[in-house]
Amino acid sequence: MKVTLEILRYDPATDKAPHWESYEADVDPMDRVLDALHHVKWYTDGTLAFRRSCAHAVCGSDAMVINGENRLACQLLIKDASPEKPIKVEPIRGLAVEKDLIVDMEPFFDSYRSILPYLMHDGPEPDKEIYQSPEDRERFDDTTKCILCACCTTSCPIYWGSGSYVGPAAIVNAHRFIFDSRDDHADERLAILAEKSGVFRCRTAFNCTEACPREIKVTQAIQEVKREILYRSL
Amino acid sequence: MAQTLDRNETGTESDQSSAAPNRAEARMWYYMRISGLILVFLALIHFAITHIVNDVVETDFAFVQTRWSNPLWRFFDWTLLALALSHGVIGVRTIAEDYIRKPRLRVAVKALLFTVVAGIFLLGTITIVTFSA
Repeated sequence: MKVTLEILRYDPATDKAPHWESYEADVDPMDRVLDALHHVKWYTDGTLAFRRSCAHAVCGSDAMVINGENRLACQLLIKDASPEKPIKVEPIRGLAVEKDLIVDMEPFFDSYRSILPYLMHDGPEPDKEIYQSPEDRERFDDTTKCILCACCTTSCPIYWGSGSYVGPAAIVNAHRFIFDSRDDHADERLAILAEKSGVFRCRTAFNCTEACPREIKVTQAIQEVKREILYRSL
Repeated sequence: MAQTLDRNETGTESDQSSAAPNRAEARMWYYMRISGLILVFLALIHFAITHIVNDVVETDFAFVQTRWSNPLWRFFDWTLLALALSHGVIGVRTIAEDYIRKPRLRVAVKALLFTVVAGIFLLGTITIVTFSA
C-alpha cells in the first residue's frame, strides 16, 4: 500500500526554521513506521536524518512524535498509524533539534546521570551475588524496563517549560535503585530528587505514562518517590 | 519553537552539594494537599452561608456585623483567608518556577507575588481582628 509521510525537516546548515515535507512510501500494513522512513531515506531522499539502531524496540533510539504522540518508529505498525491520512512525523520535543528527527540527547543523559544510576553497596566487596527475595525484586520490577528512549521525558509539559526539571526518565531510573534492597544509597538519590529541580516538579499530567513504549507506570513511580521523600521529611 | 530551547540557559537552581536534604519542596507539596482538602469544606460552607442560606442582597455590613459578633466566625473567616491565600500563593509560585525561564525575572515575579499576598493577608487579618460594631 502507498502511504504519505509528512516529516518535519530541519537542516541547521541551510534552513532558518523547521518545515514540513511530504513523501510517498510503498509499504505493507504490517510494516513499522521505521520501515516507511527507511523507504524514504533509501529510495527517495537520502538526506533525511533519523536515529535507529536495533529496530526492535529495545535500544530506544528512534523515539519520535508520530501523529502527535511520542512513539518508537520501530514499534508502531503502519496499520495502527492511521495510514489513510498522512502520517505526521516530528522530532521529540523539549530537546534541541540537530537535524530532521535527530535531537541533542545530552541534557536528557545529564539528568539521567545526575541521579546516580548504578548500584552502590556499602561494606566489603562481596565474593558472590547479593541475594534478594522475589518480593524485594518485585518492588522495583516495573522501573527496570526503562530503555532510555526519552519518550516520557519529552512528553512532559513541565520538561518542555522548565529548563531544570530532571524529567520522568531520570526519576524512573532513580526509583529502580531507591527501592532495590541491595543498594545502600537511597538517601543520596532522594536528596537529589528533593531539590527544586527534582520530583516535586511533577504535576501528574500522566503524559509520561501514556508515552512509555514499555508500559512502565511512570507517574506511579514518580508518586512513590515523592511519598518516600515526604515520609523521610516529616 | 519548543524543540530548540536551550536547556543550559535556564538558570538551573541546584544546591545538591549542601549536606542537609532539602525538605521545603516536599513540605510545600504536602501542605498544598492538606490545605486544599480543608479549603474544599471551608469554601463550600462559606459559599452556602453567603449565597444559598442567605440571599446575596442580605450579605451586607449588618450581616457581617452580626456574624462577627461571634469570635468563632471570625476564626472561621481568618482560617479561610489564611489557607486560601497561602494555597494560592504557593500555586502561583509553582507556575512561576515552571514557566519563567529567566532567573532574575523569576525572582522579581516571586518577590512581587509574596509582597502583594502578604499585604492582603495583613489587611485581612487587621480587619478581622480589629472589627468593631
